[in-house]
Amino acid sequence: MDAMNILETKGLTKIYGGLKANTDIDFKLARGKVTALIGPNGAGKSTFVGMVSGRTAATRGRVFFEGEDISHLPAHSRIQLGLAYTFQITSVFRGLSVYENVELAAGRTLADRPSLLKAKVNSVLERVGISDRADQIAGDLSYGHQRILEIAMGLAQDPKLFILDEPTQGLAETEVDEFVALIRSLAGETTILLIEHNMKVVMATADFITVLDHGMVLAEGSPEEIHKNAAVQSAYLGTNVDA
Amino acid sequence: MEFGPHLMLASLEGAVISAILVLTAMGLSIVFGVMRVVNVAHGEFFMLGAVLAWYITTLLGGHPALGFGVALIVAPLLVGCLAAFADRVILKRINYDPDRTIVATIGMLYIIQQTTLMTFGPEARPVEAPFNHRLSLPWFEFGENGFAMTWPWGLSTTSYKLFVIGAAVVVLIALWVFLTRTKIGLIMRATQQDSETAQAFGVPVGQVYSWVFGLGAGLAALGAVLVVPIQQAHYLMGHDPLLLAFIVVIIGGLGSLPGTVIAALLIGMSDGIISVFFSPTLAKIIATFLVAMVLVFRPQGLLGKTAP
Amino acid sequence: MTSFNKSNLLHFGVLAGLVILFFILPTYHVGVLSRVMVMAIYAMGFNLLFGYTGLLSLGHAMFFAAGMYGFGLAIKFGGFPVPAAFVVGVLSAALLALVVGLLALRTAGVAFMIVTLMFAQTAYLVVLYFGKYTRGDEGFILQQAERSLFGLDVTTETGRYFTAFTLFAVCFIALAKLVQTPFGKRLVAIRENEERARMLGYDAGRYKLYALVISGAVSGLAGVSYALLFGYVGATFSTVQYSIFPLLWVLLGGAGTTIGPFIGVLFMFYLIDISSGYTNAYMLIAGVVLVLLTVFAPKGIAGTLKARVFPWMP
Ligand SMILES: Nc1ncnc2c1ncn2[C@@H]1O[C@H](COP(=O)(O)OP(=O)(O)OP(=O)(O)O)[C@@H](O)[C@H]1O
Ligand SMILES: [Mg+2]
Repeated sequence: MDAMNILETKGLTKIYGGLKANTDIDFKLARGKVTALIGPNGAGKSTFVGMVSGRTAATRGRVFFEGEDISHLPAHSRIQLGLAYTFQITSVFRGLSVYENVELAAGRTLADRPSLLKAKVNSVLERVGISDRADQIAGDLSYGHQRILEIAMGLAQDPKLFILDEPTQGLAETEVDEFVALIRSLAGETTILLIEHNMKVVMATADFITVLDHGMVLAEGSPEEIHKNAAVQSAYLGTNVDA
Repeated sequence: MEFGPHLMLASLEGAVISAILVLTAMGLSIVFGVMRVVNVAHGEFFMLGAVLAWYITTLLGGHPALGFGVALIVAPLLVGCLAAFADRVILKRINYDPDRTIVATIGMLYIIQQTTLMTFGPEARPVEAPFNHRLSLPWFEFGENGFAMTWPWGLSTTSYKLFVIGAAVVVLIALWVFLTRTKIGLIMRATQQDSETAQAFGVPVGQVYSWVFGLGAGLAALGAVLVVPIQQAHYLMGHDPLLLAFIVVIIGGLGSLPGTVIAALLIGMSDGIISVFFSPTLAKIIATFLVAMVLVFRPQGLLGKTAP
Repeated sequence: MTSFNKSNLLHFGVLAGLVILFFILPTYHVGVLSRVMVMAIYAMGFNLLFGYTGLLSLGHAMFFAAGMYGFGLAIKFGGFPVPAAFVVGVLSAALLALVVGLLALRTAGVAFMIVTLMFAQTAYLVVLYFGKYTRGDEGFILQQAERSLFGLDVTTETGRYFTAFTLFAVCFIALAKLVQTPFGKRLVAIRENEERARMLGYDAGRYKLYALVISGAVSGLAGVSYALLFGYVGATFSTVQYSIFPLLWVLLGGAGTTIGPFIGVLFMFYLIDISSGYTNAYMLIAGVVLVLLTVFAPKGIAGTLKARVFPWMP
């Protein structure tokens, strides 16, 4: 295994009934970089990261994290190894306060050091810009703020690999810009796998891009390479590239 | 009595139990299938059917067949209306939330049961069967003189018990025709498949739910009217049918109607046979425990399809 | 004052009030309160699972009964001294909860409710089946001599009240503390959104199992306390009705609050006490209250107070 790659998958496949959502995906993720996973709706992006994080059981294939085969591990054990995952469909603890949400995320490793925990929660809230809402109940937040909270919960875990499934969906223009800034500030600190439809965000943040189509890898490369790739153009980019 | 005739007698008893059970369990299964809620008060609708049958026959007097005939129609109708009403004023308000529905129907269970205790009283009261001829049954044996037909003493049933079995079959067929051939039935099944889409196509899902809840309770009441000439009416009589119906619905696969019928036969027959030969408590312990295990390891039911 | 101090004050106030009430209430009500405190332990055990973890068990009577019979039979047939029998009772309940948990927690939602109901029904039938020892529905009495705890006579009004009070106070404070720990907060997280909790790296299945075992042990402790203080052990306590009661109490008082279970038991006891003066169909009240609660006040008394008036309430 190449020490440069934090994550690798081999022949990862998911079949729903008769539908092949992912077919034999071989994928390598470079450490410390931002990699964007793009592709049209229903291409199988969420399914892929679901199988990586353990949320979705793979039909077959293997997942390696830091060189270890983690295919047999349940989701919570994979998260404990240093994966963080944000849901495409917002999933926060709606009945708890913003502070408690982030505290739960950071608390898995810091619960027995209350002062460190408190500092961590506050710094994360500060970093994503919702510290003024710390005491609000998460369910009462606007949709955009719930998405930001979701990102905060990922950050609070200090992940080695941070997987974000369409984090900018439903965010306002200014919030998207802040998100881009946030991802850039994380570059080098951690590895990011970003599923994103907004090409502006992809071009502004990604070091590498992987294109998925019909459950298969269509193309891989730097943003420039992908931009020039004719197959990608026809499958996907044509309408979105200038957005 | 020899083992053979004894087994035959037990099977007949089992068939009667199955007949009642299949109606009660069908009610529970339809409600779960369409509305996705568990009605814990189902046994009390059963009990109400029996108690109403007693009131109706007592009120009308005359030949037992008259009162019984009226009860057979009126009691399920009344119980059905009451259930539909309860659906409107209680379940609709809590949006059929599965957990809260269980709690609310537990409340309904006590309301119905205790109101019956206050009005009907704690006694068990009999209802006379409309007809009740004793029928001796033959037994065939291969003895010294070749094949012979004997009439073992004690091997008999009654015309009424045979009627119960027949009636259950007729009701089941009618129900099947209702669900597959009539408009209301089709609407119910469409709602069962996918209530949101059904709603989008203009099905009044709210009304369908009330109908279904009423139908489920009515089926339980019908089973009870049929059983009350064999087993007296009592305010606590809803407990066992509820448990058995649960067992049947779980074994048959929650919400699957053909599964429910097969499971009712299985459970009813084995209940009849086991309780003739073994201690009824031990039989119940084993049955209850096994059903819990089925739910744990095969939640789609023994007869249901494998995981979706 | 911080909300932490306020809730401490509330808990302390409840306990102080109970001590004062002993001296000002007539004997009859002192007796009722002893019973209320024991049943409140049961309700608090149930609340940990239902109110905090979000798991609705319809079979908790089996844990109460496991404690009760574990204790009663250890004394009757094992000749155990009371403190040892006490431990046996609580451990029986915890062990039963562990086994039930390993099986029942494979299911969720409605299936979990039915599975726990079925297990409890099995337990009830087992109690009846071994009627030779358990004396079935009739039950058996533990004599005064069999119930002395460290030389303390728990059969006097005072002895009983303060034993019940001590047991209640210990469980009350311990559980109130527990739900403030990271462990308790993770249970709440699982109640709020199990998948999210799992995707934060928490082993939800294990937390639920722990919650069930603690809940079962506390419910068993209530069963032990009942047998100890009232000297009676019987199958009634393992019927479905006794699985429904804690649900009723907790819903009435307020699920997921520290004082809800006690409030619920107190209200329900007096409601039934008053109504049973008029009718033998007193469970009618329970039914009506359950329906009204689910429709109009799913948060219960303490829950509604917390939402409307005292947001700091624990
Ligand atoms: N639980 C499921 N059961 C059956 N089919 C599913 C399930 N989840 C996803 N699919 C199907 O698998 C395919 C891939 O879905 P997936 O959600 O991975 O796509 P995606 O690339 O994330 O799309 P989007 O951009 O819309 O989020 C789709 O055809 C989808 O309908
Ligand atoms: Mg997706």
